[in-house]
Amino acid sequence: MSAGPVPIPTPETQTFWEGTAIGELRIQRCNSCEEYYFYPRPYCPGCQSDDVEWRVVSGKGTLASYNINYRPFPIFESKDPQVIALVELDEGVRMMSNIVDVEPLPENLELGMRLAVRFEPRGDQFLPVFTPETRS
Amino acid sequence: MATTGMHQGSIAIVGAAETERIGVVPDVSMIHLHTNAARRAIADAGIEMSEIDGVATAGPSAIELADMLGIRPRWADGTMIGGCSFMALVRHACAAIASGAANVVLVTHGESGRSGVGRANNVRPATSMGGQFEAPYGALAPYASFTTPVLAFMKSRGFTREDLAEVVVSQRLWAMPNERAQRRDPIDVEGVLSARPIAYPFTRDMCCVVTDAGGALVLMSAERARDLPGGDRAVYILGSGEGTESVIVSQMDDLESFGPFRRGAKEAFETAGVTHDDIDHVMFYDAFAHLPLYMLEDTGFVGKGESAAFYKEGHTRPGGKLPINTQGGGLSYTHSGMYGMFAIQEAVRQLRGEAVVQVPDVRTSFVQGVGMMFGAGGSLVLGNQRP
Repeated sequence: MSAGPVPIPTPETQTFWEGTAIGELRIQRCNSCEEYYFYPRPYCPGCQSDDVEWRVVSGKGTLASYNINYRPFPIFESKDPQVIALVELDEGVRMMSNIVDVEPLPENLELGMRLAVRFEPRGDQFLPVFTPETRS
Repeated sequence: MATTGMHQGSIAIVGAAETERIGVVPDVSMIHLHTNAARRAIADAGIEMSEIDGVATAGPSAIELADMLGIRPRWADGTMIGGCSFMALVRHACAAIASGAANVVLVTHGESGRSGVGRANNVRPATSMGGQFEAPYGALAPYASFTTPVLAFMKSRGFTREDLAEVVVSQRLWAMPNERAQRRDPIDVEGVLSARPIAYPFTRDMCCVVTDAGGALVLMSAERARDLPGGDRAVYILGSGEGTESVIVSQMDDLESFGPFRRGAKEAFETAGVTHDDIDHVMFYDAFAHLPLYMLEDTGFVGKGESAAFYKEGHTRPGGKLPINTQGGGLSYTHSGMYGMFAIQEAVRQLRGEAVVQVPDVRTSFVQGVGMMFGAGGSLVLGNQRP
């Protein structure tokens, strides 16, 4: 388990966090404008429709941007550099995450590289984090 | 736009001051950085505290500010949109004065960013969108969050880390003669790049200083300002704009360009009735070295991808054709937390001819703020003559 801030779900985000606990990345999609959106809201921020649903998405995406944080706060209980990344999911939404299982060096982190989600325990929640996609 | 009544010189800044001391001030609590700057700005205006009938601040409540000062205003504004709150508060004060909701407005800032004396707890709750979807990944300090979009921005334009360093070098040249500036040592591109790494691609000198400091402004109608003994030092609000985007940086609409910069600056220029060619001096809120590059392009001073060359060619330095951040900016002068007030203060000094490193013949200044990472923007066009 990694140390660090633990998210506290709200009624509107609970479905997301229930998903991560069973290995599902759940993102909301608007049935009216047929677009995915993130972060969770009980209506579509694009067209204001109430006709929205949760879908389990692929968990695949690309690296849009990142930094390598050499000064993590003490709450992480580790001074190891963190790759704080912006990931574009294939479904068209962007989310922040960490890139794990790679040495945190710029040469290992090419913008546009393919990524796949996995879930890491944090307190009583599971965080979606990303690793370079391996072809199997 | 039907906002002429609050723009084009109808309203004036008649008092402006920073705290007597800035930098490391461990013996003054946050709220009294506000009151110190407020009392100095009122003295600068040559008026009495009792004439203030409107107060505006971000951080502590306007109630606390007014009560600390011993006044009972009839108008209060606590707009909190991060570091650009003060651009927005100046804009709101103009609207209030133009409409008669207030006559004389005090706008204050103060933060014990370095010493943390009497500082409010500004940690995002674990239930907030930031607390749920960003903080768990390490995006807690601004250096770990505000910097996340930058590599995408740089890649889209072919910019390098040297281009970030050029911003630092330009601003250090302005700070070196300024005794109130926090970082005054000469530095070159190599020196910036070899400084301690903070969050790749950023080194220490690409990140702002962290200080204790405050500042305050007094605004009133230009009619009334004319009768003040120091009326010839009045600085006029010609135009303004503001706007917001996402509450968490990962959700900004476009990693390579910020809407509130584009839209706020456009509105500021339109309401002022001036063009970029009319601007003599610029202040860009620079918590980190990438911000002036975004701002130069998004506010329309240069085209997409042209900002880095503009810095490298020296146009922003002392003697250049578009002096930017002329006290050294947040990167070298001071940065208490919400820097916007200090950008306005330097614009006022330049327009009054009272800056430490004075640019010759400044008649207009453009000020662009940013707040809550890429969350909000505020833009002002200021001038020292009524149109």
